Amino acid sequence: MPPIVSLKDISKRFANGTEAVGGVSLAIRRGDFTSLLGPSGCGKSTVLRLIAGLTPPSGGTVAWTDARASGGRPLGFVFQEPTLMPWARVLDNVLLPLRLAGARGPKAENQARAALARVGLEGFERSFPRQLSGGMKMRVSIARAVVTTPLLLLMDEPFAALDEITRLKLNDDLLALWRQQGFGAVFVTHSVFESVYLSNRILVMSPRPGRIAADFEIDAPYPRGAEFRLSPEYASHCAAVSAALAQAMAA
Amino acid sequence: MSRSLDSLLPALVGLAGLAAWEAAVRIADIPPYELPAPSAIALELVTDGDLLGRALLFTLATTALALAAAVLGAGALAIMFAQSRLLERSLFPYAIVLQVTPIVAVAPLIIIWVDNTLVALLICAWIVAFFPILSNTLIGLKSTDRNLVALFKIYGASRWQELRLLRLPSAMPFFLAGLRISGGLSLIGAVVAEFVAGAGGRESGLAYRILEAGYRLEMPRMFAALFLISAVGVAIYLSLAALSDRLLRHWHESATRDEE
Repeated sequence: MPPIVSLKDISKRFANGTEAVGGVSLAIRRGDFTSLLGPSGCGKSTVLRLIAGLTPPSGGTVAWTDARASGGRPLGFVFQEPTLMPWARVLDNVLLPLRLAGARGPKAENQARAALARVGLEGFERSFPRQLSGGMKMRVSIARAVVTTPLLLLMDEPFAALDEITRLKLNDDLLALWRQQGFGAVFVTHSVFESVYLSNRILVMSPRPGRIAADFEIDAPYPRGAEFRLSPEYASHCAAVSAALAQAMAA
Repeated sequence: MSRSLDSLLPALVGLAGLAAWEAAVRIADIPPYELPAPSAIALELVTDGDLLGRALLFTLATTALALAAAVLGAGALAIMFAQSRLLERSLFPYAIVLQVTPIVAVAPLIIIWVDNTLVALLICAWIVAFFPILSNTLIGLKSTDRNLVALFKIYGASRWQELRLLRLPSAMPFFLAGLRISGGLSLIGAVVAEFVAGAGGRESGLAYRILEAGYRLEMPRMFAALFLISAVGVAIYLSLAALSDRLLRHWHESATRDEE
């Protein structure tokens, strides 16, 4: 399958001289769930921002295969915080990407309602973000990211601030959404366990400057459930990824 | 319970103060040209209602127009400054100069240059009132959530969409805080300008009546006009606070209540 987007020898040096990313090449395929795993400050968020076009690379190229990519990029982005507009109701927050693309009226609204239903939030359309819990706000954020049926969903440690119970539930719901919509997913995290559970591919990054230190295929079949977390296969993947992470940090 | 107490307590204090004042004037037999009793002031408000009412309307109109002009002018400037760093750097220092120059010092010039009294007063009140709106709104426009800005960029939002759907709403609490300050300041600006204009013999609103009553030693009328100015100030504050509450109650911490 051709990649949705490929990065070739991407480097990023900030104005203050920090070399955040040094020579990263990777291709994101449709249907892949790729985790970027690494310690804080290893440039994994920067890689995400480079893919999203939020910051230009200092060297190398970001190439999109799909023609749609030339205009507005066919991607959704989920930040570490829910990043909702606090003055707008839940439905209007989810409608935002459609509105910005010039879509309005009942068709767009139905699309937004459907996206909210997919993340389990029907009935909360008229609520304001402040009336929701942290987990529910994150669900709104995910609904907003998938409402345009993007080719690629970029997520920057979206569940890092949530409690364990909420996080595990959101992991499962995210996987279900991914299998249902078939977008390519890039998930930045610093949790080995989370990355092994979610991904079929894990890229371990080493810090300063950020490079890809190891590339794992996690070939366990989906759907994955609670039993996968308890399986010896899961444990051995976690052990291997942890070892690679420790090595990357020592290097 | 506590809310009704909130208005009851100050009302009681006010009544007690007035009663003590009335009693003091009567017992010590203070002549009205030194300190009129509250009853005399109230009587003056009724008997000279026509004259004072016209003065009240004039001052109110000046203040409201100046505030409206400050909202439009400072709001537009803030939006322009937020869009263009160059414009902000070239013009903002002059906004500061205008702000720090005492209006009493500038008002005589404006009143000499501008023939129409109302327009002259408006300019003075505007100068005093525009800065808090300008600087607050500008800070608000610049403190938009960076990730939301990034999101708008990802979806290819135009500058206009970003301004209308993101920057203006997120600047709203800042703007409203500036508006509350400017509301009081526009009254002060109008009153100061009326004094300056009044000193030159130009008839205007409540401050002019105070000046005039002072010359004539008509203390009850002076107090009555003073009372009306305070009432205008309180009314402006309360209505702007109510407006701010209404606009922000769904989302901003300053206006939301816990028991929702």
